[in-house]
Amino acid sequence: MNQDIKNLIIDYVKKEYLEEDAEQEVNETTPLISSGIVDSFSMVSLKTFLEKKFNIKIPDEKATPEAFDSVNNIINLLKEFNVT
Amino acid sequence: MSNIDSYEERYSNFDWKISAEELEYGKNGMYNIGFYCSDRIVEKGFGDRTALIWQGFKGDVKEFTYNDIRIYSNVVAKFLIDKGVKSGDRVCIFMDRIPELYISFVGILKMGGITQPLFSAFGEEALFTRLEDAKTKAVITTKKHAGKIRRIRDRLPALEKVIIVDVEEQALKPGEISFNMEKSTPVENFEIEKVGPEVPSVLHYTSGTTGKPKGALHVHSSIIAQYITAKWVLDITSGDIYWCTADPGWVTGTSYGIIGPWACGVTQTVLDSGFNTEKWYQFIEKHKITVWYTAPTAIRLLMKDGTSAVQKYDLSCLRHLISVGEPLNAEGVIWSEQAFGKPFHDSYWQTETGSIVITNYPGMKVKPGSMGKPFPGITATVLDQKTFGPITTPGKVGLIALKPGWPSMFRAYWENKEMYDSKFKNGWYICGDRSSIDSEGYFWFVGRDDDVINTGGHLVGPFEIESALLEHEAVAESAAVGKPDAVNMEVVKAFVALKPGYEANADLELSIMNFIRKKLSPLAMPQEIEFVESLPKTRSGKIMRRLLRAKEWGQEIGDTSTLEND
Repeated sequence: MNQDIKNLIIDYVKKEYLEEDAEQEVNETTPLISSGIVDSFSMVSLKTFLEKKFNIKIPDEKATPEAFDSVNNIINLLKEFNVT
Repeated sequence: MSNIDSYEERYSNFDWKISAEELEYGKNGMYNIGFYCSDRIVEKGFGDRTALIWQGFKGDVKEFTYNDIRIYSNVVAKFLIDKGVKSGDRVCIFMDRIPELYISFVGILKMGGITQPLFSAFGEEALFTRLEDAKTKAVITTKKHAGKIRRIRDRLPALEKVIIVDVEEQALKPGEISFNMEKSTPVENFEIEKVGPEVPSVLHYTSGTTGKPKGALHVHSSIIAQYITAKWVLDITSGDIYWCTADPGWVTGTSYGIIGPWACGVTQTVLDSGFNTEKWYQFIEKHKITVWYTAPTAIRLLMKDGTSAVQKYDLSCLRHLISVGEPLNAEGVIWSEQAFGKPFHDSYWQTETGSIVITNYPGMKVKPGSMGKPFPGITATVLDQKTFGPITTPGKVGLIALKPGWPSMFRAYWENKEMYDSKFKNGWYICGDRSSIDSEGYFWFVGRDDDVINTGGHLVGPFEIESALLEHEAVAESAAVGKPDAVNMEVVKAFVALKPGYEANADLELSIMNFIRKKLSPLAMPQEIEFVESLPKTRSGKIMRRLLRAKEWGQEIGDTSTLEND
């Protein structure tokens, strides 16, 4: 299940935040925010995606650049909402 | 002692000639900004001084001396000429904050081109609007961003050259040119274009309430203001290590991320990385940054992580702190005193002013929350909103206005004289912001005088967002307004009425968000979408953004007598 969630998020990041012909590899440890793949403004759309997909509400104080900085960090955040 | 020494004395007997004479501006008929940012520093004997320390997000570091900047900018200038770019052509720089961006900026100016930096996160429609308007002849970009240009190139007949700095020949698409600055043959001697002081230099696009973004055109003599404000406001001297966190896609990133610091001959640093508190503090500690120019949005994000995060690092190197982009609230000033032992000094200016016009000076009493006082050489006031006469009553709110004539004032909106002329009333340039002035002459920001949204220090035009929203298949009509945000001051909120057959739900909300993000930019992406049956309009059918905005800010909605429906 965990792997499914990882793949789901990775696929979404690739599809939405990278150019079609981008050579950049994205895996569960790739920095997302600090690398600029997802900027701080776009983080809201990623948060909305997660909320919609997993039917949760992530409070603003938990939606920090650090919490979204890699797929692994996002997985850890989702665990707080019992998404595993 | 600070560079400005006594503000009052400087203000009372200032002349822009002081700056021009220090720069030796015009000596031997040379007015080109490119010369003053590179060759002049080398001629002064500082060719070996580090001009740029660049750090990528992975921690990789590159350093360039002033002589490197001189030679590489010559390489860029010669390359452009060899490819047929001519003096006066608009050359867009569209890339992340890599060394080629900063050096190309200087190189374009050296060959007489008009440099048009654009924010690399712009989506293809935002990019198209600005390239089409400027009839841009060449774009310098990277493979990461080339895709956006490829998708719009057919619609841009004036765009002759697409230059990509990080691809080999075999990876190019038809009509593209590969250019590797560092692997090119060094150009030791280049004849810098002898432009006059009033020749256009930089074209920065900025958003308004109505219509498409406008290109604010600056001229080479703007450096007279950018140099002296960098010296007196940022207080930079030759021994400083300076960090301006702004992206050169916006005016702060060029006036004070390239021109000002390099004209002063300081070592400047660039961190090409997204925001991260720990990384930022590590960067300051590692490079021993002494002068730091950043934005209130960043300061508020740092505040969230508290003073404990600061204490993990040795930041005693920091000597002077300045902020720009939006008003710095009093809490930010007070917090920085606790966290860094010194206050952030707020500075106010805009794309059109080209340089800082109202600010808090080193050595002057900082009133937390205040914008400060006008720069020497700048006559600033607040005007009555109806009569456009100066307000003399302390504390009374009016329109911030400046007497035209300072060197870095924009000279035109690109091919839009009507809009340019509309910015001047009764002999004053109207900034579009409201403030009051207290009995001691300090300005206090109140807000915008129009519907432009200031998000994270960047102006976003509601019209551009609404036009793009209408291109989404589900949107019948829309309105974009700024709503309060604890970090970014404002963020975009969109009110959307759907076409028949579409249902408001989270899927659609996400679809619209991503549509705008890709089409325009992440800044323009609505952070919230409220689906409505219809939008409030005047009897003539104009959407009343004012009403929607007032609701978001909890303000009185004012006169609604012209409202069509409620």
